[in-house]
Amino acid sequence: MIVRIFSDGQYRIPDDAQARLHELDIATVNAVDADDQAGFASNYTALIELIHSNGERLADEELEPSDLMLPPADITLEEAREEFTGEGLLPD
Amino acid sequence: MAGLTGRMSTIVKAKVSKVLDRAEDPAETLDYSYSKQLELLQNVKKGIADVVTSKKRLQLQEAQMQQQVVKLDTQARQALAANREDLARVALERKQSVQTELQSMDSQIAELEAQQQKLIDSEAAMRAKLEAFRTKKEVIKAQYSAAEAQVRISEAATGVGEQMADVGLAMQRALDKTENMKARAAAVGELEDSGTFEDLTQLGPGKDDLDRQLEAIGAGGAVDDELSKMKAELGTGGGAPPAAIEAASGGAAPAQADATDDDAVEAQPAEAEEQSGSTP
Repeated sequence: MIVRIFSDGQYRIPDDAQARLHELDIATVNAVDADDQAGFASNYTALIELIHSNGERLADEELEPSDLMLPPADITLEEAREEFTGEGLLPD
Repeated sequence: MAGLTGRMSTIVKAKVSKVLDRAEDPAETLDYSYSKQLELLQNVKKGIADVVTSKKRLQLQEAQMQQQVVKLDTQARQALAANREDLARVALERKQSVQTELQSMDSQIAELEAQQQKLIDSEAAMRAKLEAFRTKKEVIKAQYSAAEAQVRISEAATGVGEQMADVGLAMQRALDKTENMKARAAAVGELEDSGTFEDLTQLGPGKDDLDRQLEAIGAGGAVDDELSKMKAELGTGGGAPPAAIEAASGGAAPAQADATDDDAVEAQPAEAEEQSGSTP
């Protein structure tokens, strides 16, 4: 599975890391829902670290379509919430 | 997937396919996107330059405040020397206030500097990503014109589209950040300029009360000096002419001068007596 972290790069993630990735992803969203700043920061940091430590970084010029995309590592809780409303974070 | 990653992926894919599907010629779309992104990158660079300017303005204000500290310190010493402890206290109190203000200014500038460096780094990363996009775009264009399998092209274009979205979001955030930083720097600068601390620091050209009082002390000292000089002159020149002539002709000038000073002092009460005697 290929994952893109925005403002970072693309990573190829082995199958055995995907369950944990999904877990952390859900925990992150729950923290956003609960307006839990600390929980959001720790879960999202762990998610990014999981990808960094388990993933294999693709070369910059590969530009494969990604199966999953993650907002930048330094995203704020407010920005993450924005991602779930309307058009999301992306500018047109 | 109901997670943040799933949501992000859905939005990005929807946006990318919207752009690609709408286009009659994907090659043209890619070229257009690229030139638009280049334009945005210029805006980011300009934003960074503005932040640097804001920071320099704050540094200038900081330098002025540092001068103010030196000035207030000097004023406190002058006041003490003139036995005006009250004024010295006021000057030192102001110095304390300016120094506190300086500390917060310091941390503001340091933060601006750190953020500025982050922006410069991310600008370089965006540039690299755009370059990768440009290269890939040319490959896709070649494939498209060679009428390769449409699926492969659109798949490749999706990867490129993601990259565009990635850079686009990075630039949007960078621009927002530069705006925030400029606004914050301006707010700090205006606070200083507007004279919020004027009563304490007097950064403006106007002289404050402390300045005037200290100048008065200085001027008072100068008047005293001049007075004693005049007294001395009068003592030698007008008060007792014969003694002056003696002094001029005599060998031991300093000793004689002292003597004439005494004469002058003695002469004054005598004159006063004469005047009081003649008036009634």
